[in-house]
Amino acid sequence: MGEVIVITSGKGGVGKTTTTANLGTGLALEGKSVVLLDADIGLRNLDVVMGLENRIVYDLVDVVEGICRIKQALIKDKRYPNLYLMPAAQTKDKNAVKPEQMLKLTKELAEEYDFVLVDCPAGIEQGFKNAIVGANRSIVVTTPEVSAVRDADRIIGLLEANGLRNPQLIINRVKIDMVRRGDMMNIDDMVDILAIDLLGVIPDDEYIVVSTNRGEPAISESKSLAGQAYKNIVKRILGENVPFMNLDTDEGFMAKLAKVFGFRKK
Amino acid sequence: MDLFKLFNKGESSNSKDIAKERLQLLLIHDRANVSPQFLEMIKGEIMDVLTDYIEIDETGLEIKLTRTKRENDNSTIPALVANIPIKKMKENIR
Ligand SMILES: Nc1ncnc2c1ncn2[C@@H]1O[C@H](COP(=O)(O)OP(=O)(O)O)[C@@H](O)[C@H]1O
Ligand SMILES: [Mg+2]
Repeated sequence: MGEVIVITSGKGGVGKTTTTANLGTGLALEGKSVVLLDADIGLRNLDVVMGLENRIVYDLVDVVEGICRIKQALIKDKRYPNLYLMPAAQTKDKNAVKPEQMLKLTKELAEEYDFVLVDCPAGIEQGFKNAIVGANRSIVVTTPEVSAVRDADRIIGLLEANGLRNPQLIINRVKIDMVRRGDMMNIDDMVDILAIDLLGVIPDDEYIVVSTNRGEPAISESKSLAGQAYKNIVKRILGENVPFMNLDTDEGFMAKLAKVFGFRKK
Repeated sequence: MDLFKLFNKGESSNSKDIAKERLQLLLIHDRANVSPQFLEMIKGEIMDVLTDYIEIDETGLEIKLTRTKRENDNSTIPALVANIPIKKMKENIR
């Protein structure tokens, strides 16, 4: 039985889709079989970030409505062994799918694949409920900003209320120079406030834009800082103990960060 | 707890400290699901009780939900803190 991991955040635009694409690709590169499930009905994105938008025939709504079989809607990513995308419907209403249908679908997928990563829509309505219903594990993505952290806190409460007891945190778009100046909350601040386990930290990285332009997840590019950070998270998901950077002091922060991400200082 | 500090906007020049402080207060409200109306209601009732004995500067009255350290074990607990400027004590209670 595979794992169903929902990637969520509350606030939009903080990096859920980017994270889903990169972690899924990373898990596939580690030899796991993976389905990326785009639950953002009406605003699908995961297909574009993965560069698979031209290969869509059927979508999630077609599957739950019985118009096609699961296998027909799964797009195989030929660049990686065992990586599949189930696209969301673009033209349908986000209430086109019911939680019971999502539960059934994720269950069936988890019987065949090692990991099902669910890219959750923003918000806390029906789409959120659909995305979390079949999950047995949850990841909360946030950025180091007041509004994003506030929404993350709300989502953590809702996840816990829905039986997802141990949400894990990814802090995205950390700007090292701003943290050093004291103009961006650091990792300790955020873990202190949200009080959940930290899964990883992703630096703000221009390469994310480049990779989205190309439709190739940053994790497949060894020069990308963010890609390196995603690699560490993949290892942690697989149970490996990859050390975190120590942010007790801003002293030597760059050096520590460089070490953790496997980079040399400029 | 330093009441003076609590009611004065943070002096810190680091914007991240301001962010953290604001978030900590915000999340107590969010988590406890306390509405501004609820605080207004408490404020009104406290004033009703106090005005029998004390003349209060109503414009300066402030009431906040925050958190504080419990004395016996140092754990963090929510606290309702009121700052009530007194104009004068009323004659009849002397
Ligand atoms: N670590 C990062 N560095 C730079 N840009 C990023 C990073 N993470 C996400 N972005 C950008 O932020 C935008 C929103 O990301 P996305 O993954 O679509 O968020 P969400 O799915 O939460 O709405 C995208 O344009 C993406 O390229
Ligand atoms: Mg998205």
